[in-house]
Amino acid sequence: MSKIPSDLKYTKSHEWVRSLPDGSVDIGITDHAQDALGDLVFVEVPEPGRTLAAGEACAVVESVKAASDVYSPVAGEVIDGNADLVATPELVNQDPYGNGWLLKLKPADKSALAKLMDAAAYTKHLETESH
Amino acid sequence: MPFIPHTDADVRTMLDVIGARRIDDLFDEIPAELKSGPLDGVPPAVNEMDITRIMHERAARDGMLLNFIGAGAYEHHIPAAVWAVTTRGEFYSAYTPYQAEASQGTLQTIYEFQTMMASLTAMEVSNASLYDGASALAEACLMAVRAHRKSKVARILLPASLNPTYRKVARAIAGLQEFTFDEVPYDAATGNIRVESLAAFGAQDITALVIQQPNFFGVLEDVDELTRWARKNGTFIIAVVNPTSLALLKPPGKWGDNGVDIVCGEGQPLGVPLSSGGPYFGFMTTRMAHVRQMPGRIVGRTLDLDGRPGFTLTLQAREQHIRRGKATSNICTNQGLLVTAATIYLTLLGPAGLKRVASASHERTQELVRALTRIPGVRIKFSGPRFHEAVIALDRPAAGVLAALAERGIMGGLDLGALHVELGDAVLVCATETKTAADINTYATALADILKSARAA
Repeated sequence: MSKIPSDLKYTKSHEWVRSLPDGSVDIGITDHAQDALGDLVFVEVPEPGRTLAAGEACAVVESVKAASDVYSPVAGEVIDGNADLVATPELVNQDPYGNGWLLKLKPADKSALAKLMDAAAYTKHLETESH
Repeated sequence: MPFIPHTDADVRTMLDVIGARRIDDLFDEIPAELKSGPLDGVPPAVNEMDITRIMHERAARDGMLLNFIGAGAYEHHIPAAVWAVTTRGEFYSAYTPYQAEASQGTLQTIYEFQTMMASLTAMEVSNASLYDGASALAEACLMAVRAHRKSKVARILLPASLNPTYRKVARAIAGLQEFTFDEVPYDAATGNIRVESLAAFGAQDITALVIQQPNFFGVLEDVDELTRWARKNGTFIIAVVNPTSLALLKPPGKWGDNGVDIVCGEGQPLGVPLSSGGPYFGFMTTRMAHVRQMPGRIVGRTLDLDGRPGFTLTLQAREQHIRRGKATSNICTNQGLLVTAATIYLTLLGPAGLKRVASASHERTQELVRALTRIPGVRIKFSGPRFHEAVIALDRPAAGVLAALAERGIMGGLDLGALHVELGDAVLVCATETKTAADINTYATALADILKSARAA
């Protein structure tokens, strides 16, 4: 059973979003996603300053099995990408909700976050997907 | 791997199993109006005996001209062993092998090729080759735009001294993707780019600067200064190089203070015959930091389950069969056979042999230039240092002079009239190690004679 922290928001494509006190959000991929991908060998994160639409491909995670796009859960401007992942992509496997974060975003519209799934809805989504 | 065609009975059996009457039924989804009829202008089939005769007749029409044209494809001596080995059954497939378990020999050959190209260009990683030099440059431009993430535009500087075919192909392939190509003028006296002419682009967002060494006119560029300018401006550097010349010249990995970003070029000089223009092969090398944006196949060395070394295609997440529309390129193969020839060519020559080829080509061209410029009405066009090509200016229409030379069995060079109108009656000439002092004398005597009678007329 994968970990699904209750204080985060989630998407159907397995990204998580953490709201920070300054109004920005951290974005990463869920424990379920990293487990399904397997050992990551390469992660590409976006450049600061890039403007993203909701659902736009904003990062690439490449594992020994596959390469997948990560989609921005909400629209906004990229504040930072996790530079540590260039040398140590395995951080995503080891700590998907912590040191394995992918990007920091300033959301264009904070109310967009409310439309994302909470932990309970994402848990249900994983159950439906596995059937 | 056997390639055994199906018999009529095999085909019938398969059709019966799936319940189709004819093979054409398999394509009945395609609307009739989209299907084309027979192609116009394609003559009926001829048998092997007849086509062989036609081919021999046409080849004989080309004659055995004494060739002094380079301009991107070069006549070098190819040791007989190169193609004797390349055409062995074990190598004789143009296709990149997917199956590591059945293709270790071919994969190792490509790996050796990559190692040689990385070493020759002083870069960290090479791909398994591309289709030719011109499309390799187009791919390098696309790659630079992907890899240079700080550049927000797709703007590339192309020198006016770049091979015009390369410019055309780069524009054709990358131009449709909203690229901007700006031209950097060359110095009319020296024939190469002056770093001062880049000043106009300083402090602008320029994705990459292309530097061809030697340039289309055979003149050497001041690669160190150009590279330093680009670095200072936050611009990537794409080097287009002649691989033979690298035996003598500073490799792009060492240009300026810390080298270039991408190197590409035409591999034909390394053991591939001129063959009326192809097939040739392109090569590309880069830094490890950019490898995930490199197009084409890459062979890697690894260990199998028992710890034994082996070879396999690697970093395939860049490619179409995994990344689909987001692949780095639509190139997912290589010029396997030509790369095999190049690998054997380089192996037979070794570093010292390649250096002898490059030195002899340079020396022959210097002799040719001396011999031709002694003729009244002929002068050298550019004062910049050269490798194995030079532009000569004539005081008569170049096309007529070249036609008169051809009548005497000499291909006297490439008429630059159509490509560089500003040069007037100018001819790009080349002499490689294949030209003897007697050949050069034959050319010079014929040219002197033709110009003399033209003046008398």
